[in-house]
Amino acid sequence: MKLSFSPEDEKFREEIAGWLKANLTGEFEKLKFRGGPGDEHTYPDERVKWEQKLAEGKWTCVGWPKEYGGRGLSIEQQVIFFEEYARAGAPGRMGHIGEGLAGPTIIAFGSEHQKQKYLPGIVAGTELWCQGYSEPGAGSDLANVKTKARFDEAKGKWILNGQKVWTSLAHESHYCFVIARTDPESKAHKGLGFFLVKMDQPGITVRPIEQITGTSEFNEVFFDDAECDAEDIVGEPGDGWKVAMGLLGYERGVSTLGQQMAFQNELDEVVKVAKENGAAKDPVIRQRIADLYLRLKIMRYNSMRMLSDDAGDGSLQKEALIYKLYWATWHRELGELAVDVQGEMGQVIAAEPYELTRLQSLYLFVRSDTIYGGTNQVQRNIIAERGLGMPKEPKW
Amino acid sequence: MDFVFTEEQQMIRDTAESFLAEVSTSEAVRKAMASDTGFDEALWQQICAEMYWQAIHIPEEFGGMGLGYVELVAMMEQMGRYLLCAPFYSTVCLGVNTLLLAASDEQKAEYLAAICEGSLTATLAYCGARGGRTADAITATWREDGDGFVLNGDSSFVVDGMTAGLILVAARGEGSSGEEGISLFAVPVDSSGLERKAQPMLDQTRKMASLSFNNFKLSAASLLGESGKAWPVLDKVLDLASIALAAEQMGGSQQLLDSTVEYTKERVQFNRPIASFQSIKHKAADMMLRVEAARSAVYYAACVADEALQGGGLADELSEAASIAKAYCSDAYFKNAGESIQMHGGVGFTWEYDVHLYFKRAKGSEHMLGNAAFHRERLAGVILD
Repeated sequence: MKLSFSPEDEKFREEIAGWLKANLTGEFEKLKFRGGPGDEHTYPDERVKWEQKLAEGKWTCVGWPKEYGGRGLSIEQQVIFFEEYARAGAPGRMGHIGEGLAGPTIIAFGSEHQKQKYLPGIVAGTELWCQGYSEPGAGSDLANVKTKARFDEAKGKWILNGQKVWTSLAHESHYCFVIARTDPESKAHKGLGFFLVKMDQPGITVRPIEQITGTSEFNEVFFDDAECDAEDIVGEPGDGWKVAMGLLGYERGVSTLGQQMAFQNELDEVVKVAKENGAAKDPVIRQRIADLYLRLKIMRYNSMRMLSDDAGDGSLQKEALIYKLYWATWHRELGELAVDVQGEMGQVIAAEPYELTRLQSLYLFVRSDTIYGGTNQVQRNIIAERGLGMPKEPKW
Repeated sequence: MDFVFTEEQQMIRDTAESFLAEVSTSEAVRKAMASDTGFDEALWQQICAEMYWQAIHIPEEFGGMGLGYVELVAMMEQMGRYLLCAPFYSTVCLGVNTLLLAASDEQKAEYLAAICEGSLTATLAYCGARGGRTADAITATWREDGDGFVLNGDSSFVVDGMTAGLILVAARGEGSSGEEGISLFAVPVDSSGLERKAQPMLDQTRKMASLSFNNFKLSAASLLGESGKAWPVLDKVLDLASIALAAEQMGGSQQLLDSTVEYTKERVQFNRPIASFQSIKHKAADMMLRVEAARSAVYYAACVADEALQGGGLADELSEAASIAKAYCSDAYFKNAGESIQMHGGVGFTWEYDVHLYFKRAKGSEHMLGNAAFHRERLAGVILD
């Protein structure tokens, strides 16, 4: 076991930290620590400009292969990139769905045409993506997708009908990757297709969902005879599930260390409040802060194991299986502590009609962490079945 | 960065696992725990002669294997899984660590050689009758007497204190308080007429003793390190021991998970293995989460311990890493043990099944070297004050 980074990697750390320091200034200064989960609705236009600033410095898609416009960074250097990005307080990425999900899917499964058409816009930070997976009847049971795709021979296009939900950034996005049923008779994982769909067209309507916070980051997306070019299906009709799931293990948690740096920033803020208002003297608050502090450290050690411990077959090791359940539960507790350290003052909002403080937004938004991307309950099923070999529930 | 076992470390771990699976069976553990000494001397001699575990991190110049803390932790994890009853924790994690950090080369040469040989076991006596992990817990006192020293007072919770051949005793200068005045002494037991008494514990797999000093005379040569200045060294020893103990706790947590999952796959109720019920699966998933997080905490702390002993940039993190590992593993082990009893149902409550042995070991270990709340407060002091 060896925990230190090489001198070359440390030099890389200086390079990215230096670039961020020099560029996260002027018009971008106000974006610091903004735009993360729970705060994604802030400064969208400025953050798109920031994406393009990153692209100028070749700091988008750093883990992608060079041939597709990335930097082809090693795992270590990707970790460093995400850590320094969060440490500098650089804003939540508008392009993360394209960079982290759409792009890698197209690289792994897409045609040459798709690669040439879509990857450059992601790298340049000019084309944003959203993800069309969940539906009103397909949440945890994602395979229960009802949205239909029918091939219209006359038009030579796929025609999509149905509804997606919890689509973040849909109103800002240029494209959406959608799983839809190509075989109307099929059920569950079979008969699905994976489509790359242009958002700006008459057949698509986006409606924001007003959340627990009173703000909107997520949307409903309605498809009424929406069109998708014949060459914009990834893989064959029927391959949709395979394509959608193909990248689950791809990332191996490289960005998780950046996520943790953002968590550290949040915990630091809670600690600052507790010191200022005297809550830091309360023995129960002290225990809770220390508990979150130590569990965040362990989250980091666990990610370091994840990154070092590759079975080589794309399967997730045990430390990776627990990751979502671990961080989501942790973050929810942090949100609770964030208002508890403020006592009654934590209940007073920033302004009418319903403007919240950053810690209040955190407190409310983290309730979604243990639901999206596989609820805590689904995560426990996955851990028990894949990690411990326990039997599935009998089917109804 | 490469945060996984090397091939050699994996081999050490695997060897320990297969050896212990064979020798530290439920039957062997029960026999040992019912004995006065708490372990099988023949097995300990076999470990010393064939496995050479007692010498794992003793430097080669003193006859040891010269391996690091990662290797030590890999073995402690397996000992925790199999509830090994042997004076390993006391001799190696308490005794050797104290000698490595506090003893002169001459003292090291004498005692470490005997430990490597398998002819000497050792332990550390530091706290008084009320236990504890801070300097205030040390109640035994010393004063100078001619060329030597005189000890008075008590030490309690001395692991393997009835059997250890060498007891390293922490005492405070008469009239001193807090972290001032602490000295460490090497007390060879055979020579001394030391009063010691067994402390029967709820956890029968780990034997403890209390010591009474009544104007107990020690030679000048028995002093380890500088007189009155031993607290920083002792603090470090306790951190190193905490990391080893956390590894044992993590191993126990893992074993509870494995045996409980196996049991729930076999146990049929309502015409289904109970492992197919989500209420059981979700408990098991939480147990696995705790084990994996505990593992990450322990392995990281082991790397830090290595650098604390041998030099390196992480050395300064020792107390933090130790508190993180000990706090998390203490909670994880006890929670897993409690859930294991619950998931076993009625049989989990019997003397026949081994779950209670782990349940008792978990609580005993939790309170050794500071419990989770103690270590969280220790971290809070750094973050908040």
